Amino acid sequence: MTELTNLGVKAIRDGVAGGDFTAREVAEAFNAAVAAAADLNAFIVTTPDHALAAADAVDAKRAKGEDLGAMGGVPIGMKDLFATKGVQTTAASHILEGFQPQYESTVSQNLWDAGAGMLGKLNLDQFAMGSSNETSYFGNVASPWKKDGTNAAMSPGGSSGGSSSAVASRIAPAATGTDTGGSIRQPAAFTGICGIKPTYGRCSRWGTVAFASSLDQAGPMARSVEDCAIMLEAMAGFDPKDATSLKMDVPAWETGLNADLKGKKIGIPKEYRMDGTDEEILQSWERGKEWLRDAGAEIVDISLPHTKYALPAYYIVAPAEASSNLARYDGVRYGLRDLPEGAGLQDMYAATRAAGFGDEVKRRVLIGTYVLSAGFYDAYYNQAQKIRTLVARDFEKAWDACDAILAPTTPTASFPLGSLENDPLTMYLNDVFAVPASLAGLPAMSVPAMLNGDGLPLGLQIVGKPFDEQGVLDAGLAIQQRAAFEALKPGGPEKWW
Amino acid sequence: MTNYRIQGATGEWEVVIGLEVHAQVTSNAKLFSGASTEFGAEPNTQVSLVDAAMPGMLPVPNRECIRQAVRTGMAIEAKINRWSRFDRKNYFYADLPQGYQISQLYHPLVGEGALHIDADEKAGIPEEKIIGIERIHVEQDAGKLMHDQHPTMSYVDLNRSGVALMEIVSMPDMRSPAEAGAYVRKLRSILRYVGSCDGNMEEGSMRADVNVSVRKPGEEFGTRTETKNVNSVRFVMQVIEYEANRQVDVLENGGTVDQETRLFDPGTGTTRTMRSKEDAHDYRYFPDPDLLPLELEDDFLEECRASLPELPDAKRARYENELGLTPYNARELTAEVETFARFETLLAATANGIGKPEKDVATQVANWALSVAPGVIKSLGEEANPAHATAQAQASILDMQAKGEISGGQAKEIFEIVLKTGRDPEEIAETEGLKQVSDTGAIEAAIDEILANNGDKVEQYKGGKDKLFGFFVGQTMKAMQGKANPAVVNQILKDKLG
Repeated sequence: MTELTNLGVKAIRDGVAGGDFTAREVAEAFNAAVAAAADLNAFIVTTPDHALAAADAVDAKRAKGEDLGAMGGVPIGMKDLFATKGVQTTAASHILEGFQPQYESTVSQNLWDAGAGMLGKLNLDQFAMGSSNETSYFGNVASPWKKDGTNAAMSPGGSSGGSSSAVASRIAPAATGTDTGGSIRQPAAFTGICGIKPTYGRCSRWGTVAFASSLDQAGPMARSVEDCAIMLEAMAGFDPKDATSLKMDVPAWETGLNADLKGKKIGIPKEYRMDGTDEEILQSWERGKEWLRDAGAEIVDISLPHTKYALPAYYIVAPAEASSNLARYDGVRYGLRDLPEGAGLQDMYAATRAAGFGDEVKRRVLIGTYVLSAGFYDAYYNQAQKIRTLVARDFEKAWDACDAILAPTTPTASFPLGSLENDPLTMYLNDVFAVPASLAGLPAMSVPAMLNGDGLPLGLQIVGKPFDEQGVLDAGLAIQQRAAFEALKPGGPEKWW
Repeated sequence: MTNYRIQGATGEWEVVIGLEVHAQVTSNAKLFSGASTEFGAEPNTQVSLVDAAMPGMLPVPNRECIRQAVRTGMAIEAKINRWSRFDRKNYFYADLPQGYQISQLYHPLVGEGALHIDADEKAGIPEEKIIGIERIHVEQDAGKLMHDQHPTMSYVDLNRSGVALMEIVSMPDMRSPAEAGAYVRKLRSILRYVGSCDGNMEEGSMRADVNVSVRKPGEEFGTRTETKNVNSVRFVMQVIEYEANRQVDVLENGGTVDQETRLFDPGTGTTRTMRSKEDAHDYRYFPDPDLLPLELEDDFLEECRASLPELPDAKRARYENELGLTPYNARELTAEVETFARFETLLAATANGIGKPEKDVATQVANWALSVAPGVIKSLGEEANPAHATAQAQASILDMQAKGEISGGQAKEIFEIVLKTGRDPEEIAETEGLKQVSDTGAIEAAIDEILANNGDKVEQYKGGKDKLFGFFVGQTMKAMQGKANPAVVNQILKDKLG
C-alpha cells in the first residue's frame, strides 16, 4: 500500500476513475499512514471513518457509472481552522477544545461535494498565529525533514504546519491551508511542497475561524502545481454567505495549465534583496530566473518601493482585526468557560481567556487592542492602512512592466523547533517576503526550488495580478518542470516517524 | 423662540437638548443574518449562527434594512451618502455575542437633514421650528439579559441580537421639554408614514438617548449628560426637566456637571449616574473587515424615492390648501398614519356616494371623523363595537346628512345603533323613523298654523324685528317633533313672511 501513499491528487483521482485501484484502497492506505505518523503530530484528530465513507461513496458512484467529481476518491487533510460538522474544530486553541460545529465551512463542503474525503483535522499554529507551528495548544508539529547530520526536530513552518508536514511526509496527498500573511507559502517552502493563496475573495471565508478577516484566504497545499490547480478549482467559488467573496466564475485552472511562458514578463523586485538574506536563498532566486527564462519568459527588473513597510503594517492590521475577531471567545455561549467560585461576568471573561488563549494569541490580542485604542488609532492603525494602500499601489504599477513577480518565499530555510521561541521579531521576519502579496490581496504561490547545503528545501514564490491564478500556476509549473525537486529525494524525506 | 427657562438663584438658565433616537427598522430579517425579527417570541428561538457569533460566521447586509434607512433619510430631506461603511464598536458584554456591535461611526449612510416641528402655543412652542439632524446610521441591536430567572446567574436571550436599528442623531437644537417631545412625536410620525419603523415605544422599537446641558442664555454650551434608553415621549420630557434642574442646582452650588452617562428611573422621575467619563469604554472603532463599503446605485436610490408616500408636512399642506380644512383639523388628521388612512377612506367613500368632489365634502367628513364619530364612540363605551364603524356605513350616514334626509342629531343616533348592532344605516333611518320631513305640504301646514296663532309676532317681525325669525323656526321644528328639514323650514318661512 505504500505505493498508493506516494500518489498525488491527480494520480489518485485518475487512478480511481480508471479502475487502477478503488477509493477505499486509497483511503485505507492513507488512514494507515496517518495512524503510523503520530510522531509528526500533524493531526489534532483523525477521522478515518470520514475518509472511508467518502471513498465508498465514490466507489459506489463509479459502479453506477456516475461522475466522481474533481477530487473523486482523494482523501485530504483539513486544517483545523475550517469548521467541520460534528467533528471537533479548535483552531488549535484550548478555548475551543471539544467544540463541535453544527455547520460545515463552505470550503470543506465544496471539497466533499467534489468527492474528497477527510483523513483528519490538521494541527496549526493557534488561531493561525505563528510561523513555526509551535503555538498550538495540541503541541508542536514536526517537519519530516531533518537537517543533514542532525536529529533535531525541524519546524514545518506555520501556521499551516500540520498541512505541510502531512503532505511532505506523504501521509496525505494534499491538504487545505489558510494564508493570512504567508501561512500557506512559508510552510510549503519549508517542507518542499507547493501551496497557493488565491486572490482575496476566491475562497469563501464562511465557516473558517477568523484570524484577520481582510487578509485570510484559504488555499490548497500539495506536492505538485497540477494538484494545487485541481484542488483550488474545487475549493473556490462565489459564496453569498461571505460579503467579501468574489462574484466571479471559477476558471478551469487545471486544463488551462501551460508552462510555455513565451511573451510573458517576469518581474524581479529589487527591494526583496534584503540585507541578511541567506546566500542560498539568493542562489535559488537566480536559478528561478534562469528556469523562467528557459520557459520563454522575459526577466525584467521592477521596484516595489514600500516593501520594507509591509511587515510592520501587517503586524498592526492583522492583530487589530484579530483582537476584535477573537472577542467572541468569551465563555458565554460555547467553548471553554472558566468561572471561578463567586466570580462575576468580568472575572469569567478574564479567567476564560487567560486559560484558553496561548501566549502568542494573547500577544497579538494585546497588540491589536493597543493599536486600535483611543489616541493610538491614527498613529498605528490608520498609518498601517495607508501603507497597505501604498503597497497595493506598488504592485499595480509593477503590472505595467510585468505579468508576474518572482521572489524567494522565505529569507531562510526551516529551523529547529524551539530555536526562535524567545525571539518573536525574528520569527515574524519569516513572512517578510510573503506579507506584501497578502496586504495587496494578490494570488501567490510557493513551489519547491532546491535543497540547500543542509539538505533542507527552499521555495520560490510567484505573485500574480489580481484574479490571475492561472498565470501564477503556469509560472509555478515552469519552475517545477525545471527544478525537478521530487527527483532530488525520490519518495520524499527519509522516514523517521 | 421658546421662552422656556429654568429660574435659578443666579438668574435664568437655558436648556440645550440633543436626542439620539434608536428606531428598530421594520424588516422581517435581521441586519446581517436571515433570522426573524418578530417581537415576543420565546427566548433564543430567533437566533442564527451569525447572531450567536459562532466561529467563522460572517455578516451579510440585508438590503431591505438599508433601503428603509435610505427612505427615512429621504423623508427628512437628508443627504444620502452613496458610499458608506460599517465599523466595529468593540466592547465585552454577555448580550453582545460578537464582542462588538457593527455600526457606522466614520461614514454613516445618511448625512445632514432637518425635521420641522409645528407651532403649538399651548405647549409653549410659539412658532414652527426646524431641528437639524446630524446623521442617521445603521447598526445592530444587542441581545437581552434576564436577571430574574436564577438566584445567582443571569440568562441571555439573543432574539434581538443583530436586529437592525437606525440611530437618528439630532443637532443640539432643542431648547425645551416641549420641543423635544414634539420632535420625538414628529419623528415617530414620519417613521410610521415611511413604514421604516413601527414606532412602538412600549415594545422598545423606538427609544431615545437624551443629551441635556444648561447655560446662561447666549453663553457657550455647557457640559452635557446623556441619559440612556428612554422609552416614551413623556419620559423624554421628564428626563429633560429633571436633568436641567439638577444641573442648574449643581452649577449654582459651585459644582461642575460631569460628562457622564445616566439612567432614568420612571418610578421616581429622576436620573442617576450609570458610568462616568473615567469609566467610559474605549470602543476601538475600526472598519469592519468582513464587510465591503456600501455603495448605492442610482436605480436603488430612485426606487427608494419613488416608494416614499406623501409625508406629514405635505399632506397637511394639501389638506389645508386643496381640501380647505382648518389648520387644526389638518394637523389632527395627519398626525397618525391610522387617522389619515381612516379619513381618506371615508372621504373617498363619501364623495363617491354623494357624487361631489372630495373638497366639497372634506370639511363635513373631517368634522365627523375628528369630533362627531369619536364622541359617539366614547359615549357608548363598552357598548360600541368598533368593527361596525366601517367606512361604508359612515359614508352612508354622511351621504344621508348631505342630502338633507337626516339631521346632525339623527346622524349621531343612527351611528349609535350602527355601532351597537352593525345594522345598515339607511335601514335604521327608515325603520327607526330617524328621517327629516322634507314634505313641503306638511311643513307648510304647520307653519300656516303657527303664523295664524302668532299674529302679533308676525307684525313685529314685519316691523323690523328680524330676530323673531328664529322663534318661528323653533316653533315649526317643535311642531314637527324635530324631524323637519331645517333648510326647507327656512325657505318656506322666508317665502311666507316676505
